[in-house]
Amino acid sequence: MSDLRDLYQEVVLDHGRHPRNFHPMESPDRQSVGFNPLCGDKLTLYLRYRDDILEDISFQGVGCAISTASASLLTEVLKGKTRAEAETILHEFVELLTSPGEADPERLGKLAVLAGVRDFPVRVKCATLAWRTLEAALAGNAAPASTE
Amino acid sequence: MSTTPITPESTPQGRTPATTGDRSGLPMEALRREFPILRVPVRGRRLVYLDNAATTQKPQSVIEAVARYYFRQNANIHRGVHYLSMEATQAYEEVREKTRRFLGARDTREIVFLRGTTEAVNLVAQSYGRPLLGPGDEILITHLEHHSNIVPWQMVCRQTGAILRVAPIDDRGEVVLEEWKQLLSPRTRIAAFAHVSNALGTINPIREMTALARAAGAAVFIDGAQAAAHTPIRVDEIDCDFYCVSGHKMYGPTGIGALYGRLELLESMPPYQGGGDMIASVTFEETVYNELPHKFEAGTPNIAGTIGLGKAIDFLQEHGLERIAAHEDALLDYGTNRLREIEGLRLVGTARHKAAILGFTVDGAHPHDVGTILDQEGIAVRAGHHCAQPAMERFGVAATVRASLGIYNDKDDIDDLIAGLHKVRELFG
Repeated sequence: MSDLRDLYQEVVLDHGRHPRNFHPMESPDRQSVGFNPLCGDKLTLYLRYRDDILEDISFQGVGCAISTASASLLTEVLKGKTRAEAETILHEFVELLTSPGEADPERLGKLAVLAGVRDFPVRVKCATLAWRTLEAALAGNAAPASTE
Repeated sequence: MSTTPITPESTPQGRTPATTGDRSGLPMEALRREFPILRVPVRGRRLVYLDNAATTQKPQSVIEAVARYYFRQNANIHRGVHYLSMEATQAYEEVREKTRRFLGARDTREIVFLRGTTEAVNLVAQSYGRPLLGPGDEILITHLEHHSNIVPWQMVCRQTGAILRVAPIDDRGEVVLEEWKQLLSPRTRIAAFAHVSNALGTINPIREMTALARAAGAAVFIDGAQAAAHTPIRVDEIDCDFYCVSGHKMYGPTGIGALYGRLELLESMPPYQGGGDMIASVTFEETVYNELPHKFEAGTPNIAGTIGLGKAIDFLQEHGLERIAAHEDALLDYGTNRLREIEGLRLVGTARHKAAILGFTVDGAHPHDVGTILDQEGIAVRAGHHCAQPAMERFGVAATVRASLGIYNDKDDIDDLIAGLHKVRELFG
């Protein structure tokens, strides 16, 4: 079970069970839908800006422990960040999971708990779903983001 | 459960010898030895393969037949004057006769080799449906269909202006026959449905559904992908117009399947694809199509796969589909009862007449997480929507875990699954 514990760390299980900022947002500045066609998981991400700062982020949807925890951690980590900072973290997080060896988990703070997903390649898309959705929201894309 | 890593040569520890303990009489130990992959450890454990509805494993006889073809028989068929070509042609055509007998068709010309059931649906939709259908015509399917028995019909509806109708299923996952009857009308030109649902396990009352549809004047297409390895099939008794199977879901190779079509209908249909082998003569002005079934087999077919399919049919008939069904029924009962031990587990698909497919959800654990945890134990299940999103939505779930059983599964496999699910509860409970 040691491998599994790398994947399902307590923080991940906790955020999976009790996701933070898990609610719709009234009149968000940006709203994007993300969809993983492989498993049918779907989430909606809501953003509100104050000037250039992500003042509030929330999400809603259905997903596995990994995708839910990843979305939950995303909202916690990015709240209060500037748009540019959010883009940097987004880039580094996706790189951590998709180009192992190039990114340093330590730089990502509490998001590092998701580094274990790297060893479960079929689950990487679960962890990146919320972040692909964020990418679309930041860019203002109207079309749903997809992991495919 | 056994946690001893095994090598391909060794025998897994702690297994019950000889038979399963059910009354089917299948020689389980010898039968499992026919499948080389069952001796290959997965993650250091014995493989518990419960993804048979996705694809089945292959017995040695099938693997060897495919290899032997390439080692000793390889040549193109139907046009060579040389020895190997004649031998390959004979081997290929013998499988057609074997498939005819297996499906209970009257005439070998009614058996078309294709890539699988998906290609069969597309062929019938395009070659039978497209010339026939017009605005206001209807195609009737059911709510439990695999995407491959939905999308090709939607495509032909778009091309012709026909309308797709869907017969509902009840909370057990059974087609509501009264509704099926109601939805059939003189406008229904084609009725298409699965023999066995891949997501729910439901065995449809195909004879009754066929009789009702044909009485309404519709042609009947049956997707037999999930049935062929688990229950005897007699198209002459079912009295359907089309029936199709996929080799890889019946212990044969991937990329080969067969379509049965009623002779008169196949005769009247235009070819699906143009190319070599499907012609009698070609000039730039005019082409005369070949006779059945070659009219529908353009290009060099999957000869090795066809030969492998023949061996898979031999394998099924050696063990006997009645015995296989009895074995799997007993295991389904055992598995259903044991799954009920798991707290928070909900079975999705509880039809009274059901194949050995166990779809379920576990409270607090997403199917993908369940799948990952079971995988660490060497247990292969499917997690997801099983290419049947409408059926999943009917039960209010985006996904399920699916354990689908095959001939080589036994109580040990079920026990390992249950032990794995207890681990899921430990982590997520």
